[in-house]
Amino acid sequence: MINESRRGFVGKAFGAVAAVGGVASLLAMKKTWDPLPSVMSAGFTTVDVSGLEANKLEIVVWRGKPIFLLKYSADMKPTDGRSVKIGEDYFSVMIGLCTHLGCIPAYQNEKKDFKCACHGGEFTLAGVNKFGPPPRPLDIPPFKLDGVTLVLGEEGPEYKAMMAKA
Amino acid sequence: MAEFKQADSVLEWFDQRLGVVKFAKVMMTEYWIPKNINFLWAMGVLLSVMFAILLVSGIFLLMYYKPDVNMAFDSVNYTIMQEVGYGWLFRHIHAVGASVIFLIIYIHMFTGIYYGSYKKGREMIWISGMILFMLFSAEGFSGYMLPWGQMSYWAAYVITEIFGGIPLIGGDLVVWIRGNFYVADSTLTRFFMLHVLLIPLGIIGAIVLHFYALRFPHVNNVEGEFFDFDKEAEKYMAGKHKESKVVPFWPVFLSKDFFVLGVFLVFFFYLVFFHYGFAMDPINFDKADGLKTPAHIYPEWYFLWSYEVLRGWFFPVGPLSGKDLGLLAFGFANAIFLLMPWLDRSPTVKPANQRPYFGIWFWLMITDLMVLTLFGKLPPTGPNAWVGFGASLTFLILFIALPFVTMAEAKKAKGK
Repeated sequence: MINESRRGFVGKAFGAVAAVGGVASLLAMKKTWDPLPSVMSAGFTTVDVSGLEANKLEIVVWRGKPIFLLKYSADMKPTDGRSVKIGEDYFSVMIGLCTHLGCIPAYQNEKKDFKCACHGGEFTLAGVNKFGPPPRPLDIPPFKLDGVTLVLGEEGPEYKAMMAKA
Repeated sequence: MAEFKQADSVLEWFDQRLGVVKFAKVMMTEYWIPKNINFLWAMGVLLSVMFAILLVSGIFLLMYYKPDVNMAFDSVNYTIMQEVGYGWLFRHIHAVGASVIFLIIYIHMFTGIYYGSYKKGREMIWISGMILFMLFSAEGFSGYMLPWGQMSYWAAYVITEIFGGIPLIGGDLVVWIRGNFYVADSTLTRFFMLHVLLIPLGIIGAIVLHFYALRFPHVNNVEGEFFDFDKEAEKYMAGKHKESKVVPFWPVFLSKDFFVLGVFLVFFFYLVFFHYGFAMDPINFDKADGLKTPAHIYPEWYFLWSYEVLRGWFFPVGPLSGKDLGLLAFGFANAIFLLMPWLDRSPTVKPANQRPYFGIWFWLMITDLMVLTLFGKLPPTGPNAWVGFGASLTFLILFIALPFVTMAEAKKAKGK
């Protein structure tokens, strides 16, 4: 005679072991695709802004992303909550990736605005989207001010104040 | 063990062990194809041959390609193109082949739509075909990344960024897919794996399913006529070749198919040898640079229509931004063809020219896809942006309208 309850128990036990193994291997596969620790901890970028020229876009790299640094000339008006005052001058500090699909907008220094060639998005000099598909202004990276030195990747009081306003 | 008698021939020896005679009958000489078809029915065999050509040329490229951001560009543009004997030929075959296979896929797909070959029992043929289309799209995209030129890089960037539009997990998902905050070495190596192993395995599996799905409802014909395949096969085997509505796959169907294939391969190799430039974007001969976006990014021609649906939406509507709308429309465009068997509410299986409303719908849809393709290549500025939006909206409306159009058609047919 076949012992049904015994057979059922063996079947359920086998199913449980297989399920645990299956979930565990999915987890391992997911982890294999995760960014490596060396990538995650890739450090902070430090820039001395004292030598920058007004109305000329400076691009530095932080975590593989282009960071726009734009020093304002006398006729360029700061935007509240987006322009950063360092010493006597105002600057735009923004991640230079279009908020639509991540292309790098170009700075047009005669028109004093940014234009993205991919899908035609336009931004003001402070990075506020004014035309096209971009859904929001250019992102502002976490930064800290240390005199005339800008540290990207760390949240300073100026950054926190800006985020509170935005 | 089963009992084996001494075999009298090599064929019999194999037949005893592998059943080759029965297998050949099932697969070839007694696999029945309708007689009433035209050259458009040759596209399946063309696609199989193209896949084989891509596989073989890919194997040769694989021997010299290096999936590493520092070596990939030179391994393609220097090693394969200049050092390897006939390396240029295999690269041009692979690049032109990737482009041309999409041309044939589109012809195959629109033939299916025109003749209603997705209805009344043929749903699984259609679905497995659309799965193949999606897998080939993924294969084309991942392969395009490998030469690591500017277009490779920025196409990879823009397409992976699309996943960022998914609510809540989007941002993390993009980093997870890339294995970095930006398109980097990890991205190249994992997409290399997808391109040479995982997706091709999926494609082979889907091809098997696609062929298997043909076995039960059988191949459609130019009139959409339903008939008893077993009866017609009997007539054919009884020698009544003229009377029977079917022919065997081999040798009758394939002999004509090989003629179409011959003409096609002359065209294909003409492109490979004399006109390969269209598959080799000049911008992709600049090495990838993550800090310099090319002035104008566009995909290969076969993705232009869905690219245009994505970017056609450049202004917000209510709470949804232009980007959200574009993503929704893009998702819709890529999934909607799968539902063709259920969107077409008319039970009639007839070519589009014999269906009063569907015929109009079909050619409107083709025209709209052509407009989308054309404007997908142009910069999205000024009036172009509005044409793009119009064509993108028309695409959505056409598919939303399809059930109503076909229901009206069914009603009209009943009234007659």
